[in-house]
Amino acid sequence: MSAIVCQDLCKTFEQGEQRIIGLDRVSLSIEAGELLCLSGPSGSGKTTLLNAMGGLDTPDSGSITLGGRRIDQLSRGALADLRLREIGFVFQAYNLIPVLSARENVEFVMQVQGLAPALRRERAAGVLTEVGLAGLEERRPAEMSGGQQQRVAVARAIASEPQLVLADEPTANLDSQSATQLMDLFQALNRNRNVTFVLATHDPRVMAYARRLVRMEDGRVIDDVAQQPSGRPSVGRPSVGRPSVGSEG
Amino acid sequence: MNITWRLAWRNLWRHWRRTWLTVGAMVFCNMLLIFLISVQLGSYQMMIDNSLGAFTGHLQLQHEGFDEEQRIRQSMPAVAERARQVQELLGAEAVAARGIAYALASSEERSFGIQVTGVEPEREPRVSTLPGLLREGRYLSGADGEIVVGALLARNLRVAPGDEITILGSGRDGSFAAAIATVVGIVDSGIPDLDRALAQVSLPWFQTVFSMGDHGHSVVVRLPNLEQVPLAVTTLQALRAEHPELVVLDWDQLQPGLRQAIRSDMASAWVMYGVLILLVAFSVLNTQLMSVLERTREFGVMLALGVSPGRLARLVGLETALLAALGLGLGVLLGALLALYLQQAGFTFPGMEEMNARFNLPERIYPPVTLASLLWGPLTVFLGALLAAVYPALRLFGLQPVAAMRAT
Repeated sequence: MSAIVCQDLCKTFEQGEQRIIGLDRVSLSIEAGELLCLSGPSGSGKTTLLNAMGGLDTPDSGSITLGGRRIDQLSRGALADLRLREIGFVFQAYNLIPVLSARENVEFVMQVQGLAPALRRERAAGVLTEVGLAGLEERRPAEMSGGQQQRVAVARAIASEPQLVLADEPTANLDSQSATQLMDLFQALNRNRNVTFVLATHDPRVMAYARRLVRMEDGRVIDDVAQQPSGRPSVGRPSVGRPSVGSEG
Repeated sequence: MNITWRLAWRNLWRHWRRTWLTVGAMVFCNMLLIFLISVQLGSYQMMIDNSLGAFTGHLQLQHEGFDEEQRIRQSMPAVAERARQVQELLGAEAVAARGIAYALASSEERSFGIQVTGVEPEREPRVSTLPGLLREGRYLSGADGEIVVGALLARNLRVAPGDEITILGSGRDGSFAAAIATVVGIVDSGIPDLDRALAQVSLPWFQTVFSMGDHGHSVVVRLPNLEQVPLAVTTLQALRAEHPELVVLDWDQLQPGLRQAIRSDMASAWVMYGVLILLVAFSVLNTQLMSVLERTREFGVMLALGVSPGRLARLVGLETALLAALGLGLGVLLGALLALYLQQAGFTFPGMEEMNARFNLPERIYPPVTLASLLWGPLTVFLGALLAAVYPALRLFGLQPVAAMRAT
């Protein structure tokens, strides 16, 4: 079953007097449980496509269906609710709330969802352990390395058990070791939770983990290939329950 | 504590200097308002006491229509007896009977219209401050033929204690009322209208001169404070069952201008307070607007995660409420300490002691500490601060997640 289907998406931006094409008749169907990489140079449209799939931006034309539901025509409020309950986001700059601890960052979204405090705490503790941050729950972002912060962001994204996780350049600010660990984590979560991952990147290390690679250029899909993940093929559940207090990041 | 509350509280302290500056402005404003409102209420209390204490009292029992028409025939029989009855009903000490007539007063050189008031000399000092404001001579002893006059009247008639005045008027029965009185004292109330026409004689002699029999025109009551007036009025209404021609008038009905003057003064004071509150509100607006603007990216991320703009606006509202509550709490605490100190030690300013002494008033104001004086100002500041957060909060509704996340 398709997790998300994009049909003839077009999006243009005005920059001064210049019209920039963000998406040019992009059609893409992503199956549930896929780990897909959108790659391409800067300005190729991968972030625009990711934003459209996540309901952060609306296309000028075309349709997007998530879990069988058209989302391109939803109201702002409905889109916010969709993002809250069905989509997890991981950003390049981690984007954690600096005044909240790792646990509170993860719990915050669940609180907005209306989950009971006990369930929130239990789930937050579970996902933080799952991403390898057991023991670091009460640390604030400023007290953590970049890699650890990105893991908190991943924990926040998966805590509400979304069907889709969208990650925009998740390894761009990480060193090589942290990037590898993060991708191992994505791969494990993809396998263990059957969560669909769509990653926008131009990092070859990330692409190596993808089972499907979509190349974009000038707002168009120019290549869409399935591939055998070569990143860390032997990785099963690399970070599950493993505290990561080292010097990454 | 709920995460949203924790988030709001911690957000306040991201820039602790800015937060303390804003809280400090609110605390200062609240303290100033508590001080000013307390002094204002204290001065109103003094103004009322001064005004009512001079002559009117807190309430009066009169014949219906006398207050407006002031006719000598609109009298009540057995006025002294009625005064004792009122005293008993209210359990109040300061009750006195009076008779009032208008006459022509002539000295050797001049004649002027006067209001002759027949008073009970031993009781009048309890309801009126005039006996204590003698500039020359003494107060009435109760003997026939004695008169105390106002300072301006004495000046106009060119009389001094020991001089004689001829009084000519009409009696209650329409007869010619004439008498010769000896000036025993001159009162200087500081109220020109009063001092120009004031003439007091003893009630029994007044009743004789003006053919009043045992009649008089009012029973004057002075109570310990204004708060007791409504109950006293209700209690005295019982007298109307027996004497339907009588009415009970409270101070507001007796001196309608007084409340008006207080209201008008209060309105002008609130304009000044409003400016002060507006300045604090702008300080809060500035703080919260800066706080929102510098967190645009963070709000963008929250919007991207699915947090609604309304929830973000509530978060900003909560932060403002916490900020304002801090200012309210500290301001009321420090303001209350200041007000309590002033209530005990009193407050004065240069020249006030001399002025008050002239009006037979205390040398210092002792501002009352009431819930109203403590909370009116600070609660308005609190509401002003909340209102100031509306604009920064509304801005959040215009944020687009993607654009906001790109903000630097």
